[in-house]
Amino acid sequence: MKTLLKIAWRNVWRNKLRSLVVITSIVLGIWAGLFTIGLSYGINEQRTRNVINNTISHIQIHHPEFMVDRNPEYSLMLDSQKIDALQNHPEIKFISQRSLFNGMASSTAGGNGVMITGIDPDAERDVTNMWSMVSEGSYFESGKKNEVLIGERLAKKMKVAPGNKIVLTFQDTEGTIVSGAFRITGLFKTASSKYDEVSVFVKNQDLINLLGTGFGMHEIAILLKNELILEEVKSELSTMLPGNLIEGWREISPELGYADDMMATFLYLFLLIVMFALSFGIINTMLMAVLERKKELGMLMSVGMNKGRVFLMIMFESIFLGVTAGPIGIGLSYLTVAYFQSTGLDLSMWGEGLESFGISSTIYPVVEREYYVIISVLVVLTSILSSIYPARKALKLNPVESLRAI
Amino acid sequence: MTVIETKNLRKTYDTNHIEVHAVNGVDLKIEEGEFTALVGPSGSGKTTLLNLIGGLDEASEGEVIVGGTVITGLKDSKLIDFRLHNIGYVFQAYNLIPVLTAVENVEFIMLLQNRPKAEREARALELLKKVGLEDKAKSRPGEMSGGQQQRVAVARALASKPRFILADEPTANLDSISTTNLLDIMAKLNQEEKITFIFATHDQRVISKARRVVTIDDGKIISDEKRDA
Repeated sequence: MKTLLKIAWRNVWRNKLRSLVVITSIVLGIWAGLFTIGLSYGINEQRTRNVINNTISHIQIHHPEFMVDRNPEYSLMLDSQKIDALQNHPEIKFISQRSLFNGMASSTAGGNGVMITGIDPDAERDVTNMWSMVSEGSYFESGKKNEVLIGERLAKKMKVAPGNKIVLTFQDTEGTIVSGAFRITGLFKTASSKYDEVSVFVKNQDLINLLGTGFGMHEIAILLKNELILEEVKSELSTMLPGNLIEGWREISPELGYADDMMATFLYLFLLIVMFALSFGIINTMLMAVLERKKELGMLMSVGMNKGRVFLMIMFESIFLGVTAGPIGIGLSYLTVAYFQSTGLDLSMWGEGLESFGISSTIYPVVEREYYVIISVLVVLTSILSSIYPARKALKLNPVESLRAI
Repeated sequence: MTVIETKNLRKTYDTNHIEVHAVNGVDLKIEEGEFTALVGPSGSGKTTLLNLIGGLDEASEGEVIVGGTVITGLKDSKLIDFRLHNIGYVFQAYNLIPVLTAVENVEFIMLLQNRPKAEREARALELLKKVGLEDKAKSRPGEMSGGQQQRVAVARALASKPRFILADEPTANLDSISTTNLLDIMAKLNQEEKITFIFATHDQRVISKARRVVTIDDGKIISDEKRDA
């Protein structure tokens, strides 16, 4: 076996250029495969994080009917004791109480349908990153009344800027149309241009003043200390706050969860396609090697090398091509992913397109360790499978005819 | 003692529906220790006869008996094993494994026979010494002349301790000095160790060294001449 391995290894290097070409193609295939996986996961992860960190947070509490109808009358009727219990829960980091109204934002340039979110700026700052998304103006820092934070895109559409006034119109809990003038304190820019176009933030206190009456909150956003125990906390809260709808981010924004599952399936498929393509390179190289060495194979069979050993020799050569290329490809991918993980891959050239999907223009690729293992196994398997046809071809050689080959 | 016997051996090729009798009813006996040359013009059937004797080609009719075993009709796997343990081959184009050194090439056959490493190494070196190439043990075929490569091929053919050695035009690619060297080595091995050699050749230098010359034409033996040592 040792000698067969030695022969196979040396045979690989008999035609250095040819072997290097196929090894390079495997390296590039692995690199492209893993880097694409890294980018895809990075994009997905970033999109998920953006949504969690900027809007959803980990868990949200709503009135059960609110998520169906989004009618402001379906507010949470939680007493202060329960709010305190949430705030003091050992696994909850911060909470933010929000009021939500569908309405219209108008300027001299026209009106736009918007989702008005009433927040407590300080609490919201603890739960989401919205404060850090302010690109112009400030995040409710003046302490003045009736300030509004709007998306950059909406501002552009409405032709307004910080300091300008817009009118927000919405229905109160009793169905009465209410309007109020709000001064733009700042513009925000998230990774999602769509979100920036339809979202405005005001202070809960200003809404209370505007409506002249108290009202219940529609949403409590909860940021956990440890996301991994989300399900446990969720079920605990369900018991603690009966009659309310407690949902994790996957239920609130199911497309994020689907994207995760779909991405995994797609990436496995992608890897298989890459390996399938690579197998043709290996088959071609090994077939050439077999046909080129007809005479030598004929001699080996003539002097008594049995078919099993001939088969093994060809298979070893093929495996050596794969296992030489595998670690190089994996190492190269690891280094590339690690580099861009720290610096980020700047895709600002396509930033606008990416932002319309809620993705930042700087991507930080992520490759889970399991993919390195999977690709290693796939490379060896591909090499073995790719060797079968050339090896069978070798076995079918007739020693006498092969010895006559030029 | 008879080492090889052929009985009414025939090999017919069907080329474009025309039957060509490459070997046409050959009855031949080779005794142990003979130094035999199968001679004849190109296409006379000497290589085909050699291939049939060596179990490389399948006879259309007749029998080949080696050391009492009828090898015609043996299954492929049995035949490969039979060749490995009974027959040594020397080819016209040397056919060494280019990625192995001279000593590894000689060892290779013993490795196929699953012989222990120590025995393989010792015998390979001893055989290289016999063919005068102990100093080339670590050289690869590409680093040796044609004559040297053919001597390694002889050492390799001897490595499996075969009953006989079949050599197909072994000197065809060699210059006269290399040919003389090679023939001297083979003749010495034949005389001193009683190794049976059968050559297919039309090289007069080989024929002049042979102690039996079997002439073949149109697939038939037309003369069988034994000479004194």
